[in-house]
Amino acid sequence: MQDLKKVDEIVKNYSMTKTPLIYILKDVQKEYGFLSETLLTRVAKMTNIPLSEIYGVATFYSLFTTEAKGKYIVRCCNNAPCHVKGSKAVLDKIKEYLGLEMNETTPDGLFTLEFTSCLGLCAVAPVMMINDEVYGNLTPEKAVSILKDYKMKGLANA
Amino acid sequence: MHRTHILIAMDAHTIAQGARSVKEALQRELALAALADEVRVVETGSLGIYNKGVVLVIFPDAVYYTGVQVQDVSEIISEHLIKGRVVERLQYTDVPGAEKVAGQAPRAGKQVRVVLKNAGIIDPDNIEEYIAHDGYEALGKALTAMKPQDVIAEVKQSGLQGRGGAFFPTALKWEFAARETSKEKYIICNADEGEPGTFKDRLILEGDPHAIIEGMTLTGYAVGADKGFIYIRGEYRMSINRMQKAIEQARAHGLLGKNLFGSNFSFDLEIREGAGAYICGEETALIESIEGKRGEPRDKPPFPPTEGLWGKPTIVNNVETLANIPQIILKGAAWYKSLGTEKSPGTKVFTMVGNINNPGLIEVPMGITLREIVYEIGQGIPGGKGFQLAQMGGTTGGILTAEHLDLPMSVECLREIGAGLGSGALLVVDDTQNVVDLVMNFVEFFNHESCGKCTLCREGTGRLLELLEKLTDGKGTVQDVALIEELAKIMMKGAFCGLGQAAPVPILGCLKYFRAEFEKLAKTAGSAAA
Repeated sequence: MQDLKKVDEIVKNYSMTKTPLIYILKDVQKEYGFLSETLLTRVAKMTNIPLSEIYGVATFYSLFTTEAKGKYIVRCCNNAPCHVKGSKAVLDKIKEYLGLEMNETTPDGLFTLEFTSCLGLCAVAPVMMINDEVYGNLTPEKAVSILKDYKMKGLANA
Repeated sequence: MHRTHILIAMDAHTIAQGARSVKEALQRELALAALADEVRVVETGSLGIYNKGVVLVIFPDAVYYTGVQVQDVSEIISEHLIKGRVVERLQYTDVPGAEKVAGQAPRAGKQVRVVLKNAGIIDPDNIEEYIAHDGYEALGKALTAMKPQDVIAEVKQSGLQGRGGAFFPTALKWEFAARETSKEKYIICNADEGEPGTFKDRLILEGDPHAIIEGMTLTGYAVGADKGFIYIRGEYRMSINRMQKAIEQARAHGLLGKNLFGSNFSFDLEIREGAGAYICGEETALIESIEGKRGEPRDKPPFPPTEGLWGKPTIVNNVETLANIPQIILKGAAWYKSLGTEKSPGTKVFTMVGNINNPGLIEVPMGITLREIVYEIGQGIPGGKGFQLAQMGGTTGGILTAEHLDLPMSVECLREIGAGLGSGALLVVDDTQNVVDLVMNFVEFFNHESCGKCTLCREGTGRLLELLEKLTDGKGTVQDVALIEELAKIMMKGAFCGLGQAAPVPILGCLKYFRAEFEKLAKTAGSAAA
């Protein structure tokens, strides 16, 4: 059984905030990694908000996830400003290097590949974000060398 | 007392190019050189120089360095700070046509800083620096010498229009809310900047957070609201942190809270974070999101100034709009109207992105021509390539071609050709780029960001994508091109909210100017089949 005490604490932390559901889900995801059905059910019970409504919110916003993801989430931007600066070639190379299509996770659980919405870093396009770190002025080679560093770091800490 | 200040631009762009490690190296090496007491390293907002690596400026000399890497730090310290010799290989010198402004970075073309006046000059984490640059003076003036209706009148006189993209007269919106008798009213700052190519709000939030607090407090006073929310997208971690710190400092200085400036007026602020949804930039979707729901737009009317957050009268203003308010109150409507054009007063912040030599953030008077932006300030297109098109206002923006290079960039001139200023993002596209690929990129974006509430937008974006894929796969016909056009026109008329209505704008724009590119694909398919 998963320990759900933290969920209760998180909900209580927001007792003074009006309509805090998004903050609650953010904190729960930060604590547990992703928003499982068990967790959402608990949030529903603690907040008296119907589970269906909470599920609707959890699946609406792109920063929420209801599935387990890799240790490093690689988010590539492919919006128009990155597109005209060659983001497709960068993305193709990343897919090849990681052996992933979009929204897939490597079998070792190290990397998940996703798109990101525009990060507002277009002056240094094309860009990607790995967890909270951003990388700009990418070329296919540069992107792979950054990913290699993460791979080494990830395997060393495994 | 410090004899020297090193201002290091710590914004999202410079951080992506290694600004943090350069700052750490500076602090480390200054300590080693026993200069830590004499030289202070200050993080500031964007210095207005982009894509040139890590940028810093040394005061009082006002020498700018770009492309600074960790290994350059010891040279800067030993040469510049100890021996007083400028490290020329890293120095950022005037770009052609730049005007020298004391204490400001060399800037090309006719740039004027109103909204960005403090960005890159002050330490955004220090309220005293904002105060030293006339900060909170407008609020003091309003609360001690002006009635709420005087504040509205001044803004009305200035002609300020909303900078979120719709250019609705700000004071008119305020009047609607001021008229309401509800005891509870809310002010929301829309900092859910998500329009691709746009990062003006981010750099205002990161460079001058107190200007937003002051602008919101003035708005609260004008319409009779005592509570405000800043809705910042979750991806803008740094903006959230800086703004949180600024709110705490303002409270500690008695500039947020009860009985401001000894008046009966109280105002406080709270940050609300987004969780990743482009549609939440639409004001009623944003309100839904603050209410803890899916960010789907509401039916209008009622509009937020009469019925907004939790059913109460609510003003939603964009970051850039709010940053203009303190200065309009301080310097007056006449001063503001002296900038820009008659129908579009003031300045506009643009972000120049795409195939351009000098990308980044600029603030210019309304009415500047596209040519001046692209070729003077932006220094043209890299690699000697030609100008194919520009898209003004983000991914929902209109398409401009070479025939529009001398068109003044103002609300009224762009409206005439069916385009708009939108968010102020200017995407420059060179003549080697494939227009159909570009349109497909736009449509993929809309298809992903459509919230799903209305059929025309949800299904329409999907069908448009299919038709485009059919064309690029060589299976399309000329009828498919006509179908794309027809569907886009129907979406424009029938979609529920601004997203679905604006999504067709760039598609129809590209079809208008580059139809042959689309039909070329169709014709090849026709002959191959025959």
